[in-house]
Amino acid sequence: MEFFEILESVFVKNGLITSFIFVGFIVWISYFFSNRFTKGRLHGSAIAIMLGLLLAYVGGSITGGKNGIADITILSGVGLLGGAMFRDFAIVATAYGVKLEELKEAGAAGVLSLLIGVILSFVVGAITAIAFGYTDAVSITTIGAGAVTYIVGPVTGSALNADSDVIALSVAAGLIKSMLVMISTPFAAKSIGLDNPRSAMIFGGLMGTTSGVAAGLAATDPKLVPYGAMTATFYTGLGCLLAPSVLFLIIRVFFE
Amino acid sequence: MVIYGVALLAFCMLLGVILGELLGRLIGIEANIGGIGIAMLLLVLLSGYLKQSFRLGDISEQGIHFWSAVYIPIVVAMAAKQNVIAALDGGFIALVAGGLSVILSFLLVPLISKVGR
Repeated sequence: MEFFEILESVFVKNGLITSFIFVGFIVWISYFFSNRFTKGRLHGSAIAIMLGLLLAYVGGSITGGKNGIADITILSGVGLLGGAMFRDFAIVATAYGVKLEELKEAGAAGVLSLLIGVILSFVVGAITAIAFGYTDAVSITTIGAGAVTYIVGPVTGSALNADSDVIALSVAAGLIKSMLVMISTPFAAKSIGLDNPRSAMIFGGLMGTTSGVAAGLAATDPKLVPYGAMTATFYTGLGCLLAPSVLFLIIRVFFE
Repeated sequence: MVIYGVALLAFCMLLGVILGELLGRLIGIEANIGGIGIAMLLLVLLSGYLKQSFRLGDISEQGIHFWSAVYIPIVVAMAAKQNVIAALDGGFIALVAGGLSVILSFLLVPLISKVGR
C-alpha cells in the first residue's frame, strides 16, 4: 500500500512533531479518565505518567530495545521529546518565578536531605545485596550505588570493575526506584506533608532520581516541581562522588 | 520578542551545565554535579535582576512560560521512553533495593522538614 508508506515516511521524517500528537493524545485520554472516573481525585498527569510507563513496557516488549515506545520507528520522536535535553530545559523553565527567599529558607535542610538521601539509599541497597548473598565489596557497593540512582550504579560499577550482570542489576534497582517515585508520590504526598516548597526541596534531596522526582511532583502539584528538581539535580553527582570512594572504602572494611 | 525569553533560558541552562561539568572535574569525577540546579539558580537570579533594571517584557516572558507549561507533556514522553523491561528484569533484588529506599526516603521527608524549623 503506497499510502501507508507515505504516511510512515512523513511520521518518521517529522518525528518530533509526531510525538506532539502522540503525547497530546495520552494526556487528553488521561485527563478524560481523571475527570470522568475519579472526579479529578487522581491527577490527570499521574494517569498520563502511568500510561506512559505502560506504553514503555509495551514498546520494550515489542522491539526488545531499551527506549520504551520510542524504539518503535514512527514514535522515535518521543525519545527526543522525553530525552534529557528537553526535560532539563523544561525543568529550568519551571524555576522562573521562584523566589530566592524560599530557596534560602530551605537551603540548609535541602543540603542535609541530599547527604542523608544518598547515604540512606546506598545503605539500603547494600544491605539488600548482602541479604541476597553477595559477599564481595565491589558487588555490594555497586548494587548499593544502583539504589541511589540508575546512573550512580553503572558509574560506580565501572569505576570498581564490577561484573556486568551486577552492573545491570544496579541499573534495574535504580530504574525501579525512579518508576516507583513517579507512581507513588501523588499517593504519599498528603501523609508526608509534601505540599510546600520546603518539603518539596527535602523530598527532592532524599529521593534524588531526577526523572522520578520530576514526574512524581508533576503528578502531585506542578508548583512544587522547581523546588524538588533543584535539590534532586545535585543528588546523582553527589552519589557519583561518594559511592565509588568513601562508601566503597567503608564497605571494604567489612567485606573483602 | 519571544526569542529573548527562550534565549535567556538556554543561556542559563548551558552555563549551568558547563559549571556543573567543571565542578565535577574539579572534584575529580566524570559526572555533572548539579548543573541543572545551578542553571535554575541562575535563572532565578538573572530574572530577578532583569526585572529590577529593565523589564523583560510580557512576550519575552512567554518564551519561558511556554517551556514551563510543556513540562508535564515532556515528563509523560520521558515516562514512555523508560526501560521498563530492564527494571523488571532485575527481579526481586532490584525490587527490594529500589522499593525499600523509596519507602524509607518517604518516611524521612516529614522528619527532616521539622529540622531547623
